Amino acid sequence: MVDETAQTIRRFIETQLQAEELSDDEDLVDAGYVNSLFAIQLVLFVERQFRISVQDGDLDLANFRSISAITGFVRRKQSSDSSAGQSDDSSGP
Amino acid sequence: MRVELSSEQTKYVAHVRQFVDQEIVPNADQYDVEQCLPETLVDKLRAGGYLGAVVPKRYDGQELDMITFGLLCREFGRGCSSVRTLLTVQSMVCQVLRRWGNEEQKAHWLPRLGRAEAIGAFALSEPEVGSDAASVQTVAVLRDGQYVINGKKKWISFAQIADVFLVFTQCEGRQSALLVERDTPGLRVRPIRGMLGTRASMLGELTFEECAVPAGNLVGGEDFGLTAIALTALDLGRYSVAWGCVGIGDACLEASLRYSSERKQFGTPIRNHQLVAQLVADMVTNVSAAALLCHRAGQLRDDADPQSIGVTCMAKYFASRMASRVTSDTVQLHGAVGCSDETSIQRYYRDAKIMEIIEGSNQIQQLLISGFAYKDNLSSAMDWAHD
Repeated sequence: MVDETAQTIRRFIETQLQAEELSDDEDLVDAGYVNSLFAIQLVLFVERQFRISVQDGDLDLANFRSISAITGFVRRKQSSDSSAGQSDDSSGP
Repeated sequence: MRVELSSEQTKYVAHVRQFVDQEIVPNADQYDVEQCLPETLVDKLRAGGYLGAVVPKRYDGQELDMITFGLLCREFGRGCSSVRTLLTVQSMVCQVLRRWGNEEQKAHWLPRLGRAEAIGAFALSEPEVGSDAASVQTVAVLRDGQYVINGKKKWISFAQIADVFLVFTQCEGRQSALLVERDTPGLRVRPIRGMLGTRASMLGELTFEECAVPAGNLVGGEDFGLTAIALTALDLGRYSVAWGCVGIGDACLEASLRYSSERKQFGTPIRNHQLVAQLVADMVTNVSAAALLCHRAGQLRDDADPQSIGVTCMAKYFASRMASRVTSDTVQLHGAVGCSDETSIQRYYRDAKIMEIIEGSNQIQQLLISGFAYKDNLSSAMDWAHD
């Protein structure tokens, strides 16, 4: 079964990083892919695409280190945001 | 892509324009000479709520959308780039706290900043560190529940009057952002005067000597100090500066249209000379093009579109180059009058140069923009069909 969330994240990352066939667990930070601009774009992307709110406590490299990590992070946020409701303070770039 | 304003935006801009014409334009040259903004003006900015532009309403801010915020920057930029700078740095600090502050930091600082009871400053640059922001040398060490800061920051806008600084440090090899209140022991502020432009921006140099702040003053995680915090601020700063440059262009265009219609040489107003007409044609075209780029950046920002970052870089790059060119042409068109302190034109010219340097120099913007271009996501962001 195709994991739509992971596929969407993969498409965004491969387009932005001009990389192909990244493995789900490839460390994007150690591979030197993640610079500050990309990190912010990634935050905006997951917020907009998956309607989640990335908060200060989420600013942990472990959440953004690989496609698997980002997918897991999005799922956790979708789960917690739907039960707690989103804050509008963090919206916008 | 539609470029039109709502009735609320139109009304707000008319209100701001009146404020700028009454309170800022008549006094801006004096601010430049005295190299400071008077407290009376800051009081008026406070009363108008302008300095809380990006703060949510529930924290007593105005919570402007990005287009309206841009138009506010444009009007302030038309009147005085130093006043626009105050709006920019205050908004940068507010945006960081709104975006990445924890609940305690938001509850404590956002109402104060939103009501402008506190002025915020953004402390990233150092004597030895400018564009290479990841290499900041100011150090913070976590000791007994406090961050102890040592180092220097330089060229910090409104350091002379700021109540709180957002300070970027190295903390055990990771970049971290800390809130430091002005009266914290171990922090000294030295005014910097004699700058080329935006001379009323009340710059300062900060020296931290065993300056201890509570651990709770850390904004965001240690890992993302530079990445998330600084870029969030700089991204908004670039957007604000870009619109401010359009405002400088507006002021130059207004002055040039008036002067070229009044000034006669060879028996006719100089507007009738073709080489003057050429200057005016380029001026109005470039100001309009910059405004359109800024507007597009604003739309993307309001949509929280990832492409907003690249388009904001383009807007800042283009608008600041435009401002330098337009102010230079305006001096040229005015001749000796443009070079003297009888008019504001020499101030516009000096201020415009600063715009090519602050919030990421134009050379840094070019690097960023070319990087985005190779990903082919900038031209698509400008597509009429993108929406």
